Amino acid sequence: MDESVRKSVLAAVPSLRAFAISLCGNVDRADDLVQETMVRALANIDSFQPGTNMSAWLFTILRNHFRSEYRKRRREVEDSDGHYADSLKSQPEQHGQVEFTEFRKALAQLPSDQREALILVGASGFSYEEAANICGCAVGTIKSRVNRARTRLAELLSIDGVNDFGPDEQTRAVLAGGE
Amino acid sequence: MESAASRKKSEAKPAKLGREVQARLGQQLRAMYDDVVNQGVPDRFADLVSRLDGTDKKDKH
Repeated sequence: MDESVRKSVLAAVPSLRAFAISLCGNVDRADDLVQETMVRALANIDSFQPGTNMSAWLFTILRNHFRSEYRKRRREVEDSDGHYADSLKSQPEQHGQVEFTEFRKALAQLPSDQREALILVGASGFSYEEAANICGCAVGTIKSRVNRARTRLAELLSIDGVNDFGPDEQTRAVLAGGE
Repeated sequence: MESAASRKKSEAKPAKLGREVQARLGQQLRAMYDDVVNQGVPDRFADLVSRLDGTDKKDKH
C-alpha cells in the first residue's frame, strides 16, 4: 500500500471513532465498527480515487456498514433507539467522558438519521454536500435533518437562548427532573 | 395582561433557533466529539493497518 494512503487511512481513525461512538453509543462496539470499516476499506482500496477525500470515503463505508448491521440487529433486538439509550446507561463512564453524559443522552434521543447528519456537519466538519454524499441523500435533506436535530437538542437540553446556560448545571437539573 | 414578549415567544416558529443557541450546541457537540478525537489512534488500529498492508515490516519494532 502506498505510504500516503496508509497515512491518510490512519489519520482518519480518531475522527472515525468519534463518529462511530456517536452512532452506536458504545465505545467497544464503535471500535469494532471502525475495525470492520478499515478491513473493508483496505480490501477495496483500489476503488478509492486518489485525490478525493479519504476521510469522506471511510465515513461512507462506516456509515453504510453500520446501517446494514444496525438493521440486522434491530430485527434481533427490537427497539433501536431504546437499545442505543440502554447501551449508554449500561456503559461505565470512560476517559473523562463524564462531562458529556447529559449531552450524549440528549443526542441518543434523536432519530438516527438526524443524529448522523448533525454529527457529520456539526462535529466532523463535513460540508452539507459531503454529508449528503456520505448519507446518500439530497443536500436539502441533510439541511433539514440538521435543523430538526438542533431544534430537538435545544428542547431536550432546555436551551432557550435567553438564559445563560451553564451547560452542566442546567442540563443536570432538567434530566434529574425528568427521570 | 399578556406581555408582548411572551406572546412573541409563543408565536415563534419552533424550527428557528437563535444564532447563540446554535453556537452553544455546536460547542458542546464539538467538545464531546473532540474528546474522542484527542485520544488519537489506538494501537489496535495501527497494528491492523500494518497487518492488512502485508508490508508487515520484518522489523516489527
